Amino acid sequence: MSAPPHPEYEVVIGLEVHAQLRTRSKLFSPAPVTYGLPPNHAVHPICLALPGTLPVLNAGAVELAIRVALASHCELQPRSVFARKNYFYPDLPKGYQISQYEEPIATGGWLDVRVDADARRRVRLTRIHMEEDAGKLIHDAAIAGGGTHVDLNRAGVPLLEIVSEPDLRSPAEAAAYLRALRSLLRYVEASDADMERGNFRCDANVSLRRHGESRLGTRTELKNLNSFRFVEAALEAEIRRQARLLDEGGRVVQATLHFDPASGRTRVLRLKENADDYRYFPDPDLVPLVLSDAQIESVRRSLPELADARCERFVREHGLAEEDARLLCESRALADFFEAARARHGDADVAKWIRRDVLHALGEHGLEIEASKLAPEALADLVNAVTHGRVTAQSARALVPELVLSGGDPLRLVRERGLEAVSDTSALEAAVDAVLREHASHVERLRAGEEKVRNFLIGQVMKRTGGKADPAALRRVLAQRLGEEAP
Amino acid sequence: MAAPLGTLRECREALDVGATSSSALVEQSLARAKACASLRAFVRLRADAARAEARESDRRRARGEVRSPLDGIPIAVKDILVRAGEQTTCASKILEGFVSPYTSAVMERLEAAGAISIGATNLDEFAMGSSTEHSVYGPSRNPWDAARTPGGSSGGSAAAVAAGIVPAAIGTDTGGSIRQPASFCGVVGLKPTYGRVSRYGLVAFASSLDQVGCFARSAEDVARVHDAIAGHDPRDSTSIPESAPRCADALDGDVAGLVIGLPREYYEPAGIEPGVLAAVREATGALERAGAKLREVSLPHSEHAVATYYLIATAEASSNLARYDGVRYGHRAPGAKSLSEMYRKTRSEGFGPEVKRRIVLGTYVLSAGYYDAYYRKAQQVRTLIRRDFEAAFRGCDLIATPTMPETAFRLGERTEDPLRMYLSDVYTVSANLAGLPGVSLPCGFSSGLPVGLQLLAPPLEEARLLRAADAYQRLAAHHLARPPEPA
Amino acid sequence: MSAIGREDVERVVALARLALDEDELARMARELDAVLGYVASLSRVDTRDVPPTAHVVPLATPLRNDVPSAPLDPEQALANAPEREGSSFVVPKVIEAEEEG
Repeated sequence: MSAPPHPEYEVVIGLEVHAQLRTRSKLFSPAPVTYGLPPNHAVHPICLALPGTLPVLNAGAVELAIRVALASHCELQPRSVFARKNYFYPDLPKGYQISQYEEPIATGGWLDVRVDADARRRVRLTRIHMEEDAGKLIHDAAIAGGGTHVDLNRAGVPLLEIVSEPDLRSPAEAAAYLRALRSLLRYVEASDADMERGNFRCDANVSLRRHGESRLGTRTELKNLNSFRFVEAALEAEIRRQARLLDEGGRVVQATLHFDPASGRTRVLRLKENADDYRYFPDPDLVPLVLSDAQIESVRRSLPELADARCERFVREHGLAEEDARLLCESRALADFFEAARARHGDADVAKWIRRDVLHALGEHGLEIEASKLAPEALADLVNAVTHGRVTAQSARALVPELVLSGGDPLRLVRERGLEAVSDTSALEAAVDAVLREHASHVERLRAGEEKVRNFLIGQVMKRTGGKADPAALRRVLAQRLGEEAP
Repeated sequence: MAAPLGTLRECREALDVGATSSSALVEQSLARAKACASLRAFVRLRADAARAEARESDRRRARGEVRSPLDGIPIAVKDILVRAGEQTTCASKILEGFVSPYTSAVMERLEAAGAISIGATNLDEFAMGSSTEHSVYGPSRNPWDAARTPGGSSGGSAAAVAAGIVPAAIGTDTGGSIRQPASFCGVVGLKPTYGRVSRYGLVAFASSLDQVGCFARSAEDVARVHDAIAGHDPRDSTSIPESAPRCADALDGDVAGLVIGLPREYYEPAGIEPGVLAAVREATGALERAGAKLREVSLPHSEHAVATYYLIATAEASSNLARYDGVRYGHRAPGAKSLSEMYRKTRSEGFGPEVKRRIVLGTYVLSAGYYDAYYRKAQQVRTLIRRDFEAAFRGCDLIATPTMPETAFRLGERTEDPLRMYLSDVYTVSANLAGLPGVSLPCGFSSGLPVGLQLLAPPLEEARLLRAADAYQRLAAHHLARPPEPA
Repeated sequence: MSAIGREDVERVVALARLALDEDELARMARELDAVLGYVASLSRVDTRDVPPTAHVVPLATPLRNDVPSAPLDPEQALANAPEREGSSFVVPKVIEAEEEG
């Protein structure tokens, strides 16, 4: 990790993440949750706040919230209350947002975050609560009279707000926390947690204090860090801004800021002095959400094996290196991929292939494992073929990017491309003899004890066979031809 | 001049023996509405739709497929329950022209029972008022004295029943808005237990207090309508899951052994018009002579009910009415240059003075720094008021009180003094705060104006309530008195 | 003594997105003052250890199965719109300073 740019200050960051829960219908309305429909094509009278409409809570959203709470070691509250947060804005049809306020569904909890290879940090969670999303406003200069368009398709979509304690000490830690949280949300299938699609959004509270100071400095709130790439940049920009203020003897004023990715700077949106008066009160249309122990236990039983436990098991059962296990368990889909490939291949060395070849190929295109066209079973078959000498590792690896991006049957591809390993002794003998003839001086040096020349000779044979020579057979034939062992 | 319609029972019996048809009843009802137009009981008639529905009902009857005791009966519905394809205005300019795309639960149930709404009745804007004077359509008048108010906010429905335009009508009661106009107009009005009738499609005033109920001339008729509209609805999260027993079956005229509590705080002679007190004493005396036992009980927090009610009701209203913002439906002020100007102009033009007063009060009591002193305090006192009733009902089966401390007041008398208007709700608001069922029934006259007796029961005891009301009506015939014909 | 000042009324009127002229503001202040004077009687009630009642129904909130229903026909959704463009509602331009404030 690089040294902090402002060593005299300690950075204190707390994050509020809004994750869209993966439900089929909205939080309080049976309207479908969709993506990409034309404006107002996924609304119900409830989403339009038509007079007389009433909210009814979605059981699916509650279950997903419980899953996240359990996976992040939170304490689930037997009774939680939905409140109204009152403010006027055209994307908020009722004039209030239904959100849990004084009594959230879960409190406490923590997440272990890997900052780098050897640093782990336990980040405490303050609370987790459910709330509804707002609609979308489209500000279009082309609209006659400069009006704003209102689309309520997203209005009422269920969100989970996960609030961390101010436990993060650098933008890198904040980013690591977000990655860990995203992984957890996906593990328990509670959210797609896709920042680019807006279903994983982050606000940050940032303050600085001199080292050794126990009191927190005045904090500012950075809104809508809506891209993974911008989170660190935005936090760094805000830390720079605050540090400059403090250096110059000024003081930080409580404010809400936006990050402008174009200029790389944060901009004050409004000061806390004109803070909104949200007039929270319990929503009289909804009675308290009551969770029974039986309900919580049933969700607990349905939880998948979580990342930490799985990682330990991979080390224990499959003999993976801690580093490999950790990497594979970062995503549930990736861990599943590994387990499926391992089961078919029968050996954990597929982990190396996934890490070195599959992920690399995907990474080149900014893709994740879910996008792989190469099925784990197919990868296992390919690795099997290498193990049994039917294709060389070199040939197999060369095929992976294509398989990952376009799919196909690896063994058929090997046949079609004529990539079967040459282990036929007579063909190999011919190739070895030719190389020995061409490189007589090298043969002399090898015979004189210069062992590293052997690899040169092997390389030459490989070249001659187009990389198809089975390495074990090649070594054997070479030794025979050199008279080192009996045929 | 069209003759007034008979009671619901009379209409039904005439239909059953073939002495009349639904079409004839609906024609008579429409003609009667026209003859009584000066009462301004209706804001909109649905003459063509009602005639078509009556023909359908007559055809069903001819086929022997009568849906319920309400099939073919003309009724009226307060202009605050939505019906697909039809206007609902809540007597507010801000909902001018609003056509709902969906139908309220109560309208669905009435339709399923075969009842025919001949039109929407007048009310105080958004049900906020006690006189039906705060209506964009102008005030309704009391059939007993056109210079007086029919009460409110369901004044149009009460007047329509009293004037014989319809045998039954639907109203809503947030702080007495059914029972008070029933008392002023000399008809029976039932506010069911909170949660007994679905609020789905009822335009909200104060969600934790609002309840749909009905008017008719006899307790038996009220029982029939209540049976049609009561029951669980999964679209209303505050709907009571237990099935509703049929009240009409419970009316056996027997009050022997029934213990009726008389709360001492409600009979302070200082606060009650002497003629009202005399009529109520006479009524409880009649019940005692029929075998009921009278017992003094105490509701010590009664004096705080009105203050508690206005804090909670206005707080909820301020939030419920935030959706009227000129964005998706209803009135929008023309020519606004910015969003905030559009909001302010739309809402200022769209809401009448009483609604604005309550929005401002409600916003104030929820705002930062005042929440605990006002809103939270009121919710705590609400608990004490509930406990008062729980304690009182341990010693009695029903509670009997005057519905109002007075008879109908003159139009215009209190519009300049909102606080005085609020204070007259002193006997009715407690039932809403505690969620109890209550009925007002005619128990005589004071200076020629109807007086109402209020009976209150523990939650879900509508049958007990209506059995006593029906028993009283077998002893006294005040409910059969008719107001003078309109000039 | 008045319970609510003119400034309070102006602040709350703005918060409620209403606009009142001078006379209306003065009248509103007077009326609110009377009502708040009246409700101040609640402060005399001893509510130590008394839980607030938000709902009279002693229920746990019912849950709806996560099954989507068909959305509203967009023409119906937009039918009451004071102003629309395509299938969007249109509002006057949002000026940044008034965002959520």
